[in-house]
Parts: sequence; structure tokens; C-alpha cells
Amino acid sequence: MSVRAPVEYAGLTSIKGPLVCVEGVGGVGWDEVAEIRLDSGDVRHGVVLEVAGDLAVVQVFEGTRGLGLEGARVAFGGGPMRIPVGEAWLGRVCSGRGEPLDGGPPVLGTELREIGGRPVNPAARATPRDPILTGVSAIDGLATLVRGQKLPIFSVGGLPHLELAAQVAAQATVRDEPFAVVFAAMGVTNADASMMRDRLELREPSDDLVLVLNTADDPLVERITAPRLALTVAEHLAFDLDRHVLVVMADMTSYCEAVREISSSRGEIPSRRGYPGYLYSDLASIYERAGRIQGLAGSVTQVPVLTMPGEDITHPVPDLTGYITEGQIVLAHDLHVRGVYPPFDPLRSLSRLMRLGAGGSRTRPDHLELAAQLYALVAQARRVADLAEVVGADALSESEARYLTLVDAFEADFVEQGVDEARTIEETLDRGWGVAATLPARELTMVSEAALREHYPGERGRDEGPAG
Amino acid sequence: MSAGSVHRVSGPVLEVEGLEPGMLELVEIGEARLPGEVISLAGQYATVQVYAYTGGVRPGDAVVATGHPLRATLGPGLLGGVFDGMLRRLSGAPALLADGARLPTLDERREWSFTPTVEPGGRVEPGAVLGEVPETEAIAFRARVPHGVSGTLEWIAPAGSVTIEEPIARVAGVDVTLAERWPVRRPRPVAERLRADAPLSTGQRALDLFFPIARGGSAAVPGGFGTGKTVLLQQIAKWCDADVIVYVGCGERGNEMADVLEEMSRLEDPRTGRPLLDRTVLVANTSNMPVLAREASIYTGVTVAELYRDMGYETVLIADSTSRWAEALREVSSRTGELPAEEGYPAGLATALAAFYERAGRVRTLGGDDASVTILAAVSPPGGDMTEPVSAHTRRFVRCVWSLDPDLAYARHYPAVSWRDSSTRDAERVGEWHVARHEPGWAARRGRALRLLADADRLESIAQLVGATSLPDRERVTMLAGRLLREAVLQQSSLSANDAYCSAAKQEALLELALDLHDACAGVVERGVPIARIDELDLSPATRARDVAGPDDAAAVQAVAEQLRGEIWGLA
Ligand SMILES: Nc1ncnc2c1ncn2[C@@H]1O[C@H](COP(=O)(O)OP(=O)(O)O)[C@@H](O)[C@H]1O
Ligand SMILES: [Mg+2]
Repeated sequence: MSVRAPVEYAGLTSIKGPLVCVEGVGGVGWDEVAEIRLDSGDVRHGVVLEVAGDLAVVQVFEGTRGLGLEGARVAFGGGPMRIPVGEAWLGRVCSGRGEPLDGGPPVLGTELREIGGRPVNPAARATPRDPILTGVSAIDGLATLVRGQKLPIFSVGGLPHLELAAQVAAQATVRDEPFAVVFAAMGVTNADASMMRDRLELREPSDDLVLVLNTADDPLVERITAPRLALTVAEHLAFDLDRHVLVVMADMTSYCEAVREISSSRGEIPSRRGYPGYLYSDLASIYERAGRIQGLAGSVTQVPVLTMPGEDITHPVPDLTGYITEGQIVLAHDLHVRGVYPPFDPLRSLSRLMRLGAGGSRTRPDHLELAAQLYALVAQARRVADLAEVVGADALSESEARYLTLVDAFEADFVEQGVDEARTIEETLDRGWGVAATLPARELTMVSEAALREHYPGERGRDEGPAG
Repeated sequence: MSAGSVHRVSGPVLEVEGLEPGMLELVEIGEARLPGEVISLAGQYATVQVYAYTGGVRPGDAVVATGHPLRATLGPGLLGGVFDGMLRRLSGAPALLADGARLPTLDERREWSFTPTVEPGGRVEPGAVLGEVPETEAIAFRARVPHGVSGTLEWIAPAGSVTIEEPIARVAGVDVTLAERWPVRRPRPVAERLRADAPLSTGQRALDLFFPIARGGSAAVPGGFGTGKTVLLQQIAKWCDADVIVYVGCGERGNEMADVLEEMSRLEDPRTGRPLLDRTVLVANTSNMPVLAREASIYTGVTVAELYRDMGYETVLIADSTSRWAEALREVSSRTGELPAEEGYPAGLATALAAFYERAGRVRTLGGDDASVTILAAVSPPGGDMTEPVSAHTRRFVRCVWSLDPDLAYARHYPAVSWRDSSTRDAERVGEWHVARHEPGWAARRGRALRLLADADRLESIAQLVGATSLPDRERVTMLAGRLLREAVLQQSSLSANDAYCSAAKQEALLELALDLHDACAGVVERGVPIARIDELDLSPATRARDVAGPDDAAAVQAVAEQLRGEIWGLA
């Protein structure tokens, strides 16, 4: 992972917190990777935080505990961290630094790339279009994931967001085009890691999965490198090898906590809730790596997963994420308590690029109207439910009462599905029509006559009561 | 020019020795010639902030001073192009951006067809027009005598082809070219500032009818994520009646810039019949591009707007988002060890914001034209907290606040412009302008509609507690009017073919529709007709009128009003 034969410097000048100073260095640049090799054989990793004259300040990610001024040698890597890229990654499991965790040989690639990536020229981007279908009705039907989009899942500790992320990664497809999934797990428990590995076995036959695993007990630095490594591999698969690549990254809150920890050990001035002022730019350097490029066939699509501490959507992690990503899928605690999986909150969820990925021949011509209608119905149902709280359900008119039935149908027949159940888009949309048909056709004002004739269930004409 | 070398590197901030630059001078670092700006001088060291990723920069790397501050090359060829925060051309550049890549702003070889508009021999002053080239089919680039040059016009080029660096005239011994260089942090001079009173028509009803902005005014659009800041600003960029639009994507999404670019190339300007891109300059310094170029992008953008203003055009600068600009300021100041003020922002934040918004205005240009720069800027408060420093200070310096309400956005009421929290200081002047145009009723109608909206809100919250049926019919009519104003007038979908843009005539017609129906309902209720009978009427044609009628079709709206008015009065 280095570009030139590293020069070693023996001995440290000073150690303070996680920072070590090395004197007498030459040709060391800022942001260069470094290895600190102890006489004990222990190897630690770091990065150059500052260079002044012949003095380099290195931050040691694993901490400086047990380090002495003598007995350590520092080797500089000659540049920012690089990894090999190529198809050899498919089917592999590795750590956040790219070391194999599957017992296989180290991954050798066709070339080395810096994991920080390069910004895509905004004038060379192509707007996202066409869907990635996940087989999950709530997502495909109401918050369609579009190729080149970044669409996060906002969740809360204790909810099944990792199950949902694994389900999306396991089931995702793009019709007949070449596809790959890169899954980066950051700071997850070992139990969750093995759950996800089991779920993702579904993908094994297609041999198009890369798994980057950083568990809670792994080094902090690998939490920082894991998403970047995943994206570097993904970008190569997408833009050099013409694949559509879905990158799932969970849990971005653990990632941000690692950024905060490193920032505070550098003594930087904190901004909101102790997170550094550059967290927005840092997250953007990850999320903005989603996209399509004019003239190239592939795409990088991201589904970051994060937990909102205290279910607070204004917490810096969801807040800054929401400012960068293109919509969000919000999971709600009360739905989970009622046993709904996935606990998808339709009112707070939105895929901003849905119109570019759904409808017409991309999914089905009635898709966008149906989705708009369902959103409106669920919003209206929410108001009726609030009213029922005040006046009592008995005081509702017949047409109002139907909305309460509608919500039940929406949750039970549309949203609710098994963790390993993959639905086709046709099934998803037909189920959506089933929900809408709780109401008489004439109340479905957001769908066209043609769509009603074709999809409204039952034999009866559009001015009749509900079907069935 | 002098040369020195890097002593210390810490992120985007360097210490350089052996150089004797001036403050804010531009320097170039290393083989890649990364651009940097001198931000402080102390003893043998100069502190430099770098407009690129500094990974791999090492002590000893050469630093060359350029002798000038950060400046932009201004000339024909800006319109229709995409540029980064330093006005380096991105259109046609590689798909992945390399640090320090040389990306010239303008095509130096392109031949422009020049037509002189003055005869040689007379005396000319800065700003005087010398001739023009058709920059796009929509806009002529007017070449002027540059700032600091005056005297006898000794020679002027005949009609014919010129490149941007070839002389088109000689004034008192100085060659004048189409291209000029301007330090972006310095406002371009004007002859005098004028009072702004003519409204900028944005094509958005919630703004033009309720919170209008004058040409030369400034507006902030604060709102949390997903409330619709970008969509609103893009709608204005597409449909407002300015001559030139400078759209700055400052620290925001790359996909959005691709979207604007695509839309602007596709959509036709109704006034010129040319693609909207012909009147637009895009500055795209997305969130993943170097943070210092992001900081500069706001100044670069407003400088370009001033350039076209100086040619006599009505220009609009759109900045999405100024919060990202302020954050860039904060990132740099924290690296240079500046003492932070509120929330880590440098103490100079308020001054910097004030100075930026001061660059808006209606002016008499040096060339004697009446022209303007209007500034419209998004503000993205962290956690939606409107008391945070950028939101709080911005309010002090702008004339209009178009506040976006997250509850309206959740309810998919778009644009989510709050009628409670928005404000404009231009309403009175715009009202006077309408009076001068023989529309004396404008201000009164606006006032009545705003009052109805506020009354309806108040009644709505009472109804939540006691149930609407326990309110007197007269008040329920007010609630109905509030609903009509919200659904028939204020809502305007950016996706609607007929309604994404709305002409002034259709705007008036829709507002009158809602107010007329209010009059009619109030009238019949006064005559004893129970409100339940009104509730039985199908008033949905009123809320559908905005989508059904074409953007200029006031008559169709008036027909709906007529019909419904008849139905309502028919109850009495
Ligand atoms: N006028 C509008 N018409 C229709 N949809 C809108 C409108 N304004 C906003 N939206 C919806 O809201 C979403 C978020 O808007 P956006 O402008 O990107 O928010 P912000 O910039 O404040 O984060 C859009 O993707 C779109 O779905
Ligand atoms: Mg936005």
C-alpha cells in the first residue's frame, strides 16, 4: 500500500497524547501515511498531521500507549493511503484497511488508487436515472432508489436498520446490466457482523459482493478508511468496468464518532456537540462520491445507514447527512413497537430523485401517480387519526373511518414483509393499489382515469364503492 | 515576482519563507502550482491558505508569488459555461478533477465578431462602451473602457474578428482588450447607487404577490434540509425576468448542478426563444471540492454579476448556500488559530456577510446605464435552528427573508414559504411602483390576503381544540378562505407543466379568484345560508385552476372564478 520504498527513522522526539514527533525527516508530505514499528514487533498506523522543516507530527490511530521515545521506528509511506483496485475484490471480505478476513490471499489489483478519491467535475456528471430495485415494497414503491443517488436510512438504536441494510444489499438488482454491491460495516458489534454475513450469503452465487468489515473492537482508523476504501473499489468497478455499484455503509454514526474522537485528540476547536466544524465537508467527501458520469455506463449509488442519537433528527450526524444526501428513508420507533418490519415512516421519508428513477418503462407507468396518491392518503389518515384521538373514533364519519382502515391495510399489506422476502416491482405496485382500494375510486384524485381503469382492483366501475 | 519555499504544512494552511509578498497576494505552490492566498505576514514567514488539497505538499517545495491578488478573468464566453469557485472553466475539463490543474476561464483562441459603437478621437472615461460582440444569441457582451483608464480614444478596431486578448481599442496609450482581470473580493465601482423600487418578477406567486423583492434588493432563503431552498432558487433562476443569472452552487450537491445544467440547456427562455443557458453563468464548487475555492466562489459569482451589470444588464446572483461559505471561513480561521467567536465562526463573520450583501443594488453604472445586481441566497441552519450565527446575522443585512417552514414541506405544501415568518422591506416601494402603473389596489389586496391567512391560522388552532363545527359560520368562512389562499394561490409545484412558472396576470387572477370566492361565501352566509351548504359545493376547480390554466392564461382562471361565484351566490 505504499508507492516508494519507505525510509525509516529511528526514535521519536516527543510523545503527547496520540501525537508523536519525528525529527530529521526529509521529503515527508502532509497527509502521508506512516507506520510506527515497535521493537516488540507491534505495528501501529498513523498519518502526518503537520510538517515543519525537518519535523513531522504524526497522529497514531491506535494510540500511543506503551510507546517510548526509544525502541520505535517510523516509516513514511510516500503519500496518502492507496489500495489496489480491480475485479479481484468481488467475492472478498476484508478489513477497513483492505486486509483479507476470509482466509484468502491479499487482494492484488490492476493499479493502486488513493482512497480519498478525486472530486467529480460537476460539469461532467450525468443526472441519476433508472432504479435499483431492492425488493422491499416501502423503498421501491414510495422512495425509489435511483442509480447515482445517495439515499440514507435514518434509524434509532434498537431498530432493525442493519437487517434492512443487509436485506437491501442482498436483494438489490438492476435489470440486465452488470451490477455489484460493496458493503462497508463500521463499528458494528461482532454479533451484527455475523448476522449480516449470513444474510449476504444470498448474494454469493452471483459473486458480485465485496464486504468491508470494521467491528466495534477494530482500530478506530479503520472506521475512517473503511468507507473510503469501499468507495474506491466501487468507483473503479463503476467507471472503469461499467458496472452499476451499490455501496451500503453502516453505521455512519460510528464513523462520525470516530472523526470526532480523532478531532478532539488533535485538540481542534469543536463545533456542535463536540463534532468538528469540518464534519460537513468530511461527510461530503464520502457522500458526493455517488453519481454517474457522462459517457460512462456505470454508476455509484449509496445507501448510508445511520442511527439518530435520542431519535433526534437535528443531531449533527443526521442533520449534516440530510443536507448532503438526496432524501432519506426514516425508520420509526412506534412502528417497530407495533411489530411492523420494516418500520418505514412514510411521512418523513422521501427520495428526492424518485421522478428520475420510477414511472414509465423504468418501473411501471402508474408508479409515480400511485406513490403520490398513497403519500396523500397516508397523510390524510394521520390527520383523521389525530382527530379520532380528540373526538373518539365513533364520532368519525363513514368516509373518515375508512382512513383508519386504510392505515392498517397500508402497514399490513404494503409495508410489512419478511426480512428475506423479495418482491417484484409489479407485486409492490399491485399491493399499493390494494391499499388505495380501501377507498372508493372517486376519492383517488391524484391518479389518472387510465391508471384507475387498469389497476383499481375488482370488476366494478370507478364510481362504485370499495372493492371486495 | 519573488520565490520562496514551504516551511510548514498543516492542512490547507502553509507557512512560507523567503518570500516577500503583499497581503492577499496570490502565490503558486510546488510543481503542481497549487494556488494559494497570503492571509498573514509575520517576520520571515508568510501564512498562505491553499485553494486545493495539500496532501503530499512538503517543506522545501517552491512557492512563487504572482504579484497580484486572487482575481478572475472576465470576458465574453462566461455565459453558458460552468466554472469552479476560482472561475476555472469546468465545461470540457476532465471528469475527475486534479489539483492545481490549469483550467483557463475563457477560450483564448475563440474569434468573436466585434462591432465598434464609437468613433475614435474623443475623450473616454472608465465604463464607456466601445463596442460589442454577440456573446450568446440572447446577450451582447459590451466592451467598455476599463477601470483606471481614461483619455483620448486613439484607435478603435474595425468591425471584424477578435480574440479576447487582442486589442480592440487604444485609450491614452493603453491597449484595451475584451478580457479584463478583476480582484474578486473588491466590488466593481459604480457612478452612484439608486433607489430600488421596480420589482423583480420571479414567476413564483408566494414571492411576487406576498413577499416581493425589488431589482437590486437582497433576499435570504433560510430553511432546514428538504424544505425546498434549492428548488425555489432554481425556479427563480429559470423564470425570473432578469437579463443575466449567475448561479453559484456553493458547497452543495454535484447532482443538482448537473440537473440545473441539463434543465437550463433544455428549457427555452420565453422572452428570447433561446435556451435559458444562454443567459446563465454557473459557478459550481460542490461540497467535495476544495473548501477554500468554495469560500471564494461567492465573491467570484458576485463579480461576474457586477460585470454584466456594468454593461447595463439586470442581473441576479443566486448563492446556494451561504452557510457552506461561512463554514469554509470557519474551517480556515480555525486552522490559522484565529480566536473563534460564536459557534467557532471567526469574529469577522457579520462584517463579511454585510459586505457581501452590500454588493447588491440598483446603480447608475460608470457607463451611465441604470442596472442592478439582485442577490438571492440560501441559508442552511444546522438543525433548523434559526438563531445560529449565519441565519441570525444574515437577517440583519438582507431586505427580504423568504423563510421555509418544515411543517409545510412535510405536508408537501410547496413552495414551503412561510407566510408567518417571511418578510420583505421592499413591499412599500413595490406597492408605489404598482400605483405608478395604475394598479392602486395591489398593496391593499396583499394586505387583505395576508390578514386572511393569519386569521385562518388562528381559527385553525382553535378548531383543533374545540372542533370546527363549534365555530360561528362567519369564522368558518375565514378558514375556508385561508384554505383557498393556501391551495389555490400559494402552492405551486415546480414539476407542473403549466404552473412551474406563473405570469403576473395569472398571479393576479388566482389571487382575485380566492378573494372573490371569499366575498361570495361571506355574502351568502351573511344572508343566512348555512356554511354546510357551501361545504357541499365542489370548489375543487378553484384549486385545480393553477394547474389547468397555462402560465399566461388569466382568462381561464377568471372563467373558473365566474362560474364558482355564480354557484355560491346561487345558494342565496
Ligand atoms: N416547488 C416545489 N414543487 C414540488 N416539489 C418541491 C418543491 N419544492 C421542493 N420540492 C420537493 O422537496 C424536495 C427538497 O427540495 P430542495 O429544494 O432540494 O430542499 P433543500 O434545498 O431545502 O434541502 C425536492 O426534491 C422536491 O421533491
Ligand atoms: Mg438544497
